[in-house]
Amino acid sequence: MNVSLFFTQLANGIGAGAIYASLALALVLIFRTTGLLNFAQGEMALFSTYVTWWLWDQGAPILVAILVSVALSFAGGAVIERVVIRPVEAASPLIVVIVTLGMFLALNALTQVVFGTDAKQLASVFPRRVFDLGGVRLSAQTLGLVGVLVVECVLLWIVFQRTKVGLALRAVASNPTSARLVGISVGRMLMVGWALAAALGALAGSLVVPATEALTASSMQAILVFAFAGAALGGFDSPLGAVVGGLVVGVANALTIEYLEPLRDVELLVPFGIILGVLLVRPAGLFGTQRVERV
Amino acid sequence: MSLLAVRDLRGGYGPVRVLHGLDFDVEPGEIVVLLGANGAGKTTTLRALSGLIPATGSVRFDGTELVGRRPEAVVRRGVAHVPQGRGTLAELSVEDNLLVGAYLRSDPEVGADLERWYTTFPRLRERRGQPAGTLSGGEQQMLAIARALMGRPRLLLLDEPSMGLAPIITQNLFRTLAELNASLGVAMLVVEQNAMLALEIARRAYVLETGRIVTAGSAAELKGDEAVRKAYLGL
Repeated sequence: MNVSLFFTQLANGIGAGAIYASLALALVLIFRTTGLLNFAQGEMALFSTYVTWWLWDQGAPILVAILVSVALSFAGGAVIERVVIRPVEAASPLIVVIVTLGMFLALNALTQVVFGTDAKQLASVFPRRVFDLGGVRLSAQTLGLVGVLVVECVLLWIVFQRTKVGLALRAVASNPTSARLVGISVGRMLMVGWALAAALGALAGSLVVPATEALTASSMQAILVFAFAGAALGGFDSPLGAVVGGLVVGVANALTIEYLEPLRDVELLVPFGIILGVLLVRPAGLFGTQRVERV
Repeated sequence: MSLLAVRDLRGGYGPVRVLHGLDFDVEPGEIVVLLGANGAGKTTTLRALSGLIPATGSVRFDGTELVGRRPEAVVRRGVAHVPQGRGTLAELSVEDNLLVGAYLRSDPEVGADLERWYTTFPRLRERRGQPAGTLSGGEQQMLAIARALMGRPRLLLLDEPSMGLAPIITQNLFRTLAELNASLGVAMLVVEQNAMLALEIARRAYVLETGRIVTAGSAAELKGDEAVRKAYLGL
């Protein structure tokens, strides 16, 4: 076995996994505060990524375009919660799931209507350099994606553990009624949760697209499946699980493509296999909380 | 003037009417007990007062109308509700549970209050970093009361504080409530199954039956009332 090839693929997997982890974090953020799986998360990120592309296409430096898009997405996420989700929040979970699926289709269509159906090229913030460390090839892109993931985690940790808004977000996730009784506006916190998730999605989308290929209306779909697999593996209510799960899925996928020839063209089998396996063996995920209900 | 003046309070869950026009008062600094069988509407009354369910009628707290306000607005006025089952934020640490109670405050004395309740409830200090869900039932009840007090309320609504607690723990709990009432002057409206203990610390009491108040009087009077003794004191 070629050791340096193995490590090269491992690094690639970690780089891709960092993106899945970011998006899985966004899924977990919404799940923890609302108990809802947001199937539209990928398409929200898609629309945000097109916004990044548009800003960059208009002449903005790519870094500025990304930051502006992240800020706009933060606001957009809050608006989506207030306008689309809030009216059906009290309805049965099934209805809310259908609403997020509807949003998935609507956002995808909206993206094509607004930005057209032709493939776009987006610049990368990371230099196109590849370092050769004794045969192991490590791209600046991979290092950058991992770095961004680390920064995201640190920032989220600070927000959740060290700020009053974070305390309120955790209180709402833990016990919404008690949160209301101490004066926390649950609705406002749900808006913050969606806003953060949308911002994370915007960042993930804007960073991953230049790494893969051109930006099209289907760019985020496979990535969302990988993110779902990561979140399912880690546990939908665990941010740590999302990060670990996303990275594991990324690595598993990279190694499968490299070493399991027959699976090369059906790589989506990997995340689906992981989701299926987790549901069979440990439904709450590696780091998730097992819910015990008294009957 | 009453601290809390409730007039013709009606409310329920969707089409189900539970409260059929309640009138009662809580004076500043007094402990009032709401007695009644299961399903009489005691918990519903507290939920209507704190804005968790829609209600009609009038609830004047210190002159301000509370009916139609959201829970956030009711807490802001100084009414803290310790819900049935203690409302523990199980995944949060004990200390975070207490800090959540001070969510609406931005004054610099939050830290001093935290210290104060740690001194009153030393068990909470010992377990400050632990997830609150790992505390015993009695400790969680202390935590719930301390969390409510972190907001510096003028009226405390307590829903079945003794639920699931051993008799000795319940006795300590009621002694603590009486002490807090005496030292802070915070008024309390207590819903309680353990009528005997509740009447010990209360000044006045109301008896609720199927959403209506059927008896009212001083705690001493109700302890002597034949019907109340039979129905709620098991004597």
